[in-house]
Amino acid sequence: MTDLQILHEHTYTILKEGEVSTGTTILALPFDGGVVVCADSRTSTGSYVANRVSDKLVQLSEYIYCCRSGSAADTQALTDYVHYFLNQWSLDTGRQPTVKTAAHLMRRLIYNNKDQLQAGVIVAGWDPVDGGSVYTITLGGSCLELPFATGGSGSIFIAGLLDSEFRPNMSKDEARSLAKKACAHAMTRDGSSGGVIRTVAITSEGVDRDYTGGNELPFGPSAVW
Amino acid sequence: MASSGSGYDLSSATFSPDGRIFQVEYATKAVENAGPVLGIKCSNGVVLGCAKPVNHKMVVATSGSYKRIHTCDTHIGCASTGFLPDARVLVQRVVEEAADWQDQYGSKIPPDVLGERLGSYVHYFTLHGALRPFGAAAVLAGYDPDTKECSLQMLEPNGAPYKYYGVATGKGKQAAKTELEKLNLHKNPIPVEEAVKQILKILFLLHQEQKDAKPIEVEVSWICEASGWTHQGVPKDLLKTAEEWAKQQLEEEEEDDEEDEEGMEE
Repeated sequence: MTDLQILHEHTYTILKEGEVSTGTTILALPFDGGVVVCADSRTSTGSYVANRVSDKLVQLSEYIYCCRSGSAADTQALTDYVHYFLNQWSLDTGRQPTVKTAAHLMRRLIYNNKDQLQAGVIVAGWDPVDGGSVYTITLGGSCLELPFATGGSGSIFIAGLLDSEFRPNMSKDEARSLAKKACAHAMTRDGSSGGVIRTVAITSEGVDRDYTGGNELPFGPSAVW
Repeated sequence: MASSGSGYDLSSATFSPDGRIFQVEYATKAVENAGPVLGIKCSNGVVLGCAKPVNHKMVVATSGSYKRIHTCDTHIGCASTGFLPDARVLVQRVVEEAADWQDQYGSKIPPDVLGERLGSYVHYFTLHGALRPFGAAAVLAGYDPDTKECSLQMLEPNGAPYKYYGVATGKGKQAAKTELEKLNLHKNPIPVEEAVKQILKILFLLHQEQKDAKPIEVEVSWICEASGWTHQGVPKDLLKTAEEWAKQQLEEEEEDDEEDEEGMEE
């Protein structure tokens, strides 16, 4: 059996047959006073694109978002739970939840059910305690606070690009255009990422959603081939 | 039931005809018989203090013997009085609530929420015929790392969680409350170092006023910058100088009173 075949076998044993997966590019970049989260829009079942305009950016609370990757079913259920828990937390305390708390809740769910889940997510947002912050939660359920985060199958293609171009304390527009650029590059190289780019910029003033159609991406295959 | 109004004090599940629950009131009485507990919310922290009577010469009163002030989480202190085993159950509950919250949410429990939760727990014991209300009161001192605010709360056997600027319960609570009110804490909050002194002064004053009083041991703890915003006992050297100051103050006040009396005789 070749390495590729083993990889294939492995992929299929983890993801149930016919299960919808968000082979994905997601990222979260903090900037001065907030965070921008970004995702492509491809949802696939094997080689079939089940949805070409899906929304992988989910609002967990007023100022906290989650970028989903992995099984669509699992990550939808997880974000529903965390949304519900954070709502309860707010009612209990009379405060806005922190990104740290949101990430912790997500981590607990993923870690405690890691045998049955296929979910890698980024939790990012703004809160009055820590300002803008970014957490990534891996498949195994470890939770890491990072200067910026990428995830999904497309992320490997843009690691170098972001290492080189990411700077702390960028402006909101700088962060957003870098996120779009990185996402477009990943969508070009990764077969499981594509469609449109969705971004959300989160600051203390609120959230600002943005959509970039597939015909107006900052980078595409035509630039290479 | 010979006369009307009797027989309503056997269960906390029954109201008396004038709308009281006697069992809860009796439980409050149990608190009034035990050593005093004081708390002061300060301009830069919060302080707890209590006096415990040394009932027997052979009792080891120091080094954690029958402790009355407990650290329930790094940022939560609980001073208790009343029927001491009951108080320990309250303390244990505070510990559990604080730990559960941290496990669930990965952050420290806000002191206000903790007070409310302990309140619900205490209140539950005033509802059922098969349960007995707690014969204990708990004074909670807390610091919220998210909002950087301190809080002081007290729970009595009825389970109502009130917040306070200054609070006293246990034996001599009326006298202690009068002394606390003189400090005008709601208008001019005092710093923690001053609060330690004032708490000791009040505790010693209560002890003086008691007839045939047993010797006492004091416990004083605080949450402030000096304790790294964690709940800790006030350092021994600081406590000692504060004790000396408190005793001296009381002596001076006594002398002044005597002089006044002499003056009146003339």
